[in-house]
Amino acid sequence: MAIATIGAAARQNRQRNPRPRNRLLEDERWLAFTLLMPTAILLGLFIAYPFFKGVMLSLSSSRVGIEGDFVGLANFAKIWNDSIFRTAVWNTFWYTAVTTVFKLGFGLWLALLLNRHFKGKAYIRAAILLPFIIPTVLSTFAWKWMFDPTFSVINWALFKVGLISARINWLGDPDLAMASIIVVNVWRAVPFFAISLLAGLQTISPELQEAAAIDGARPWQRFWYVTWPLLLPVTMVVVLFSVIQTFADFQLVYVMTGGGPANATHLFATYAYQIGIGTGLLSEGAAISLAMFPFLLLIVVVQLLYIRRVETR
Amino acid sequence: MAQVVIRNLNKKFDEVHAVKDVNLQINDKEFMVFVGPSGCGKTTTLRMVAGLESITSGEVLINDTVVNELPPMDRDIAMVFQNYALYPHMSVYDNMAFGLKMRKFDKAEIAQRVQEAADILDIGPLLKRKPRQLSGGQRQRVALGRAIVRHPQVFLFDEPLSNLDAKLRVQMRVELKKLHNRLGTTAIYVTHDQVEAMTLGDRVVVMKDGLVQQVGAPLELYNRPANRFVAGFIGSPAMNFLPVTLADTDGSLWAVGPEFRVKPPAAMAGRLRGHTGKAVLLGIRPEDLRVTNGADPADHTFEATVEVTEQLGSEILLDLTAGPAPMVASVEPTVTAKVGDRLRLAFNPDRLHVFDSQTEASI
Repeated sequence: MAIATIGAAARQNRQRNPRPRNRLLEDERWLAFTLLMPTAILLGLFIAYPFFKGVMLSLSSSRVGIEGDFVGLANFAKIWNDSIFRTAVWNTFWYTAVTTVFKLGFGLWLALLLNRHFKGKAYIRAAILLPFIIPTVLSTFAWKWMFDPTFSVINWALFKVGLISARINWLGDPDLAMASIIVVNVWRAVPFFAISLLAGLQTISPELQEAAAIDGARPWQRFWYVTWPLLLPVTMVVVLFSVIQTFADFQLVYVMTGGGPANATHLFATYAYQIGIGTGLLSEGAAISLAMFPFLLLIVVVQLLYIRRVETR
Repeated sequence: MAQVVIRNLNKKFDEVHAVKDVNLQINDKEFMVFVGPSGCGKTTTLRMVAGLESITSGEVLINDTVVNELPPMDRDIAMVFQNYALYPHMSVYDNMAFGLKMRKFDKAEIAQRVQEAADILDIGPLLKRKPRQLSGGQRQRVALGRAIVRHPQVFLFDEPLSNLDAKLRVQMRVELKKLHNRLGTTAIYVTHDQVEAMTLGDRVVVMKDGLVQQVGAPLELYNRPANRFVAGFIGSPAMNFLPVTLADTDGSLWAVGPEFRVKPPAAMAGRLRGHTGKAVLLGIRPEDLRVTNGADPADHTFEATVEVTEQLGSEILLDLTAGPAPMVASVEPTVTAKVGDRLRLAFNPDRLHVFDSQTEASI
């Protein structure tokens, strides 16, 4: 009797809510597929396809206007023996390493200063971001003017102070040119470091500093044993972003020196542009661009592993 | 041996005068509690003793040495913070050892002291864990451990139990008391909880608006509050205050309220004479009120209406009104009072308090 009642109720229920036989989206697999589609199309169209196209290009003998044939690794063999390419590789590493050290140093120093209480704190913090807000090309043009052999305000100031007696040709000398673009890159990125690290510092409870002070730690010990280890995860992420951006930097060098003098300041990106677009050797330019990829991948993997280790500690 | 002396201590934050002319002497081995509502200056005073806050004027002395200009590390103190302030990236062991490492103790000595503290606090098995793997109570113990390994002259506690749940708080309170009995280190303890103050303190400092209201042993504050604020702050439920006028009728002194009239005991009459004809505040603690059994003299009883009854099991709290004046009485659990009942209440005449309604000082 009881079972019969339940059976009847179930039958009734089924009639009221028919099973969705023909409704595709009720199936989780189809639903997931549909939801992922837009992202997959976007990623495919704007990242996977260009990357694939770049690889194909680097394996061909394409030039501007000429389709070209498949040539295997000939382009890579060619750039391997290209002394300018080797200089560009060395420059990129040197440029990335030196700027990162200075950006981190100055950025951290600035962040520690800004983390204190003083009047007008909010305004100063906002003002610090200015170099980062101005479009890179604009600010770089301003710097180019400051480094101009004839009109350099830096030369003028040094001359007036009496430190130099003759003009310095900042962008005309290979070493000075490299130093100059390093200075501009550091100037531009320090705000990003400072503000990001400041955000990290603000998550560290001031009570920890007080506890350490009572525990007998001197200011630099408080920094080294308490602040620095707690800031490390944020620092690593900031450095990671910065390294990727600096490694693939283009605008700054392109505007300041165009890779000169005598190819002394070429980076991967500027040299790839010069060969690929400037000279029209599309396939060779693609090969130079792609050569950057394994280095960048290695750096990113190492840093991500390190970040994971720090965070799970 | 460590005594802390505070002389004319003041602290001003821009506009706010947070601590005003505080004078205190905390004796060796004493457990001194600072209690008061938030913003009363108790934590600021503690932080000035710790050296975490600059002193606007006045002096702090530890063992007869003025420490105003000494950094915290040179004051030989240890502090337990409200949020524990454990170093999140260090193990429990390293947290406790940090102060000793900074003071360049050798490794064996550090290990021995940490083990000793861990044994006292029963946290031996936790030494390898990180703070985030600990419960609130365990973190509290580690914070205590970090303080005791250093064998400091003075312990400073800044509301150390306020982040624990009620049950754990009671348990840790007892443990803190035991710990103090065992170590005998001079301690200053800040809390806003009057129960903690009463149970832990050898002496208690009640503060309000940056001013010390009264200093004394817990029972002294309870039995002889110096003013209306202390009377209302110490004891739970809080003391009842009834505005009355003192009147001289037929040669004896009466406290006359809007709908009742009681006679203060003869022992008080002398002190109250000077206030005859003036409005004063009558203070009666809920536990000094009971439902009359008929044997009480009429002078010490009055009528009140029950508004709310709160059953606590061991007692009943009655919210009453005597005329316009609201009050709370804590009565025997056997009393069967219902809302709206009119009861005759008797008060214990020896435990009556009278306060000046202008100055609020005890008369």
